[in-house]
Amino acid sequence: MQMISIKGVTHSYNNLSKISFSDWQINDGERWLLLGQSGSGKTTLLHILTGILKPTTGEINIAETSIYQLTSKKLDQFRGRNIGIVFQRPHLIKSLTIAENLLLAQSFAQLPENNERIHEVLQSLGIADKKNAYPSELSQGQLQRVSIARAVINKPALLIADEPTSSLDDNNATAVLQLLLEQSDLNQATLIVATHDKRVKDAFTNTYNLA
Amino acid sequence: MLIAFGTAILTILLLASTQIEQKLNNNSKDIDLVVGAKGSPLQLILSSIYYIDFPTGNIPLKEANELAHNPFVKRAVPLALGDNYNGTRIVGTDSNYISLYGLKTQSGKFWQADLEATIGAEVAKAQKLKVGDTFFGAHGLTENKDLHKEHAYKVVGILAPQGNVTDNLILTNVASVWEMHGEEANGEIEGKEITSLLIQYRSPMSVAMFPRMVNQMTSLQSASPAMESTRLFSLIGVGVDTLQWFAVLIMLIAAISVFVNLYNSLKERSYDLAIMRTLGASKTKLFLIVILEGLILTIAGTILGLALGHLTLGFIGAYQESSQAKLSGLIFISNEFYLLLTGLAIGIFASIIPASQAYRANISKILAKN
Repeated sequence: MQMISIKGVTHSYNNLSKISFSDWQINDGERWLLLGQSGSGKTTLLHILTGILKPTTGEINIAETSIYQLTSKKLDQFRGRNIGIVFQRPHLIKSLTIAENLLLAQSFAQLPENNERIHEVLQSLGIADKKNAYPSELSQGQLQRVSIARAVINKPALLIADEPTSSLDDNNATAVLQLLLEQSDLNQATLIVATHDKRVKDAFTNTYNLA
Repeated sequence: MLIAFGTAILTILLLASTQIEQKLNNNSKDIDLVVGAKGSPLQLILSSIYYIDFPTGNIPLKEANELAHNPFVKRAVPLALGDNYNGTRIVGTDSNYISLYGLKTQSGKFWQADLEATIGAEVAKAQKLKVGDTFFGAHGLTENKDLHKEHAYKVVGILAPQGNVTDNLILTNVASVWEMHGEEANGEIEGKEITSLLIQYRSPMSVAMFPRMVNQMTSLQSASPAMESTRLFSLIGVGVDTLQWFAVLIMLIAAISVFVNLYNSLKERSYDLAIMRTLGASKTKLFLIVILEGLILTIAGTILGLALGHLTLGFIGAYQESSQAKLSGLIFISNEFYLLLTGLAIGIFASIIPASQAYRANISKILAKN
């Protein structure tokens, strides 16, 4: 089944430089690598895919929903329930514990709070013992795991990672990549990883190249 | 913090002015007119009702008695002032005074014979006097020299606390005051003087007629407590108004500081807010979160300010010397509710711009920055 399709998408900032993206079809459960040098529009495409940047032209369908046809409120909710995003840096809320950060993700998506699910996800990422710790008490690698946990907590159909490994050392990078693959399997999510990190490339068969 | 201070000042002003007004009104409750010697009417009121200024002079008892028997007058209470005991005024009067203020004793009885005194509840506490004690009065109203050594007053009763001036007075009969000053109390009216006369009208009609009659027909002067305290208040009111504007200014500055605070913290946290959006929070939700933050800040400030105001007033009251208008921090008035509402309004007012900024934020731009 087709998970994502983008058709005739272009975007221009301030009517100056126009970036066009070639059409792209992603099927359910596939894993894709999004390659491109910095400045090539990688982040722009990811933002368009996740529904936080409306492209100048073109149409994006995710799970048979044309996401830019939705109202702003519906789109926010759709994103919260169906798309998990892992950023380059973890960006957790500092004043909340790990478990509370995950609870927040559930409540923002207007899903019932589910402590079992939080425990299950943290367990699968090997950081269940950090549940009541604050973000400042965790290492970079651990924080990145928490941000993966936050991305998958609502069992999204689509998991998107933007440079998830670039701020990590080799060991942590391999571990995080492994976890992303594992988690997308576990949650039956389609995975897109945007990177220019060569360490990541081998794990993927499908790549989308930005010129 | 600024909000707390602004609210505290407003609370103090509000409470203090209402309480003073209440106390003043309470003291002049049933007195329609004061008749005394010519002079400043305000001074007459202050000395005869609030016991804070010097009397205007004396009036002949004969004329006073004529007025007291006037058909317009329901009740007339003579006052003879001029002596004190350790700064507490000794008031020579008659039994009408008791019914005028509705006095009751907590121990002992009311004065009857010469040189018997019934003292106010506060006096008993402050001067450590009890029933059966004796003391010497001193000439004058404040200083404690010139003792009348030859005659000693005997305390025969202590008044129950009334919450008005009588708590701080020593009451005796008029004859005792005369006796202190060497005049024989032998029932002759000629030549005797009293300080003033408190008058209660028989009917509302008297309001128009009686004061004019007193001022024109006799060498005396009349003053209405209601009119004079209004005048007094319009004088004090200027100061209160200025302070009130000052407090409002502080509140305004407080509003601006809350605004700047929220605005700056929003810049720092725009990333957090953007992340919340990616987690599925709607724009409206973020708007509400920021507004709520402003509200919590200002309401906390307002409540703190109210508490601070009451506490300060309580302290002022505890250290106050003159207990004519003692202030209390434990009295709450409905106007404070409006202060709370004002705090709320300031909270909303100060956070509406940052909140709408959070609402309109371009999260793609914010996320791309890092």
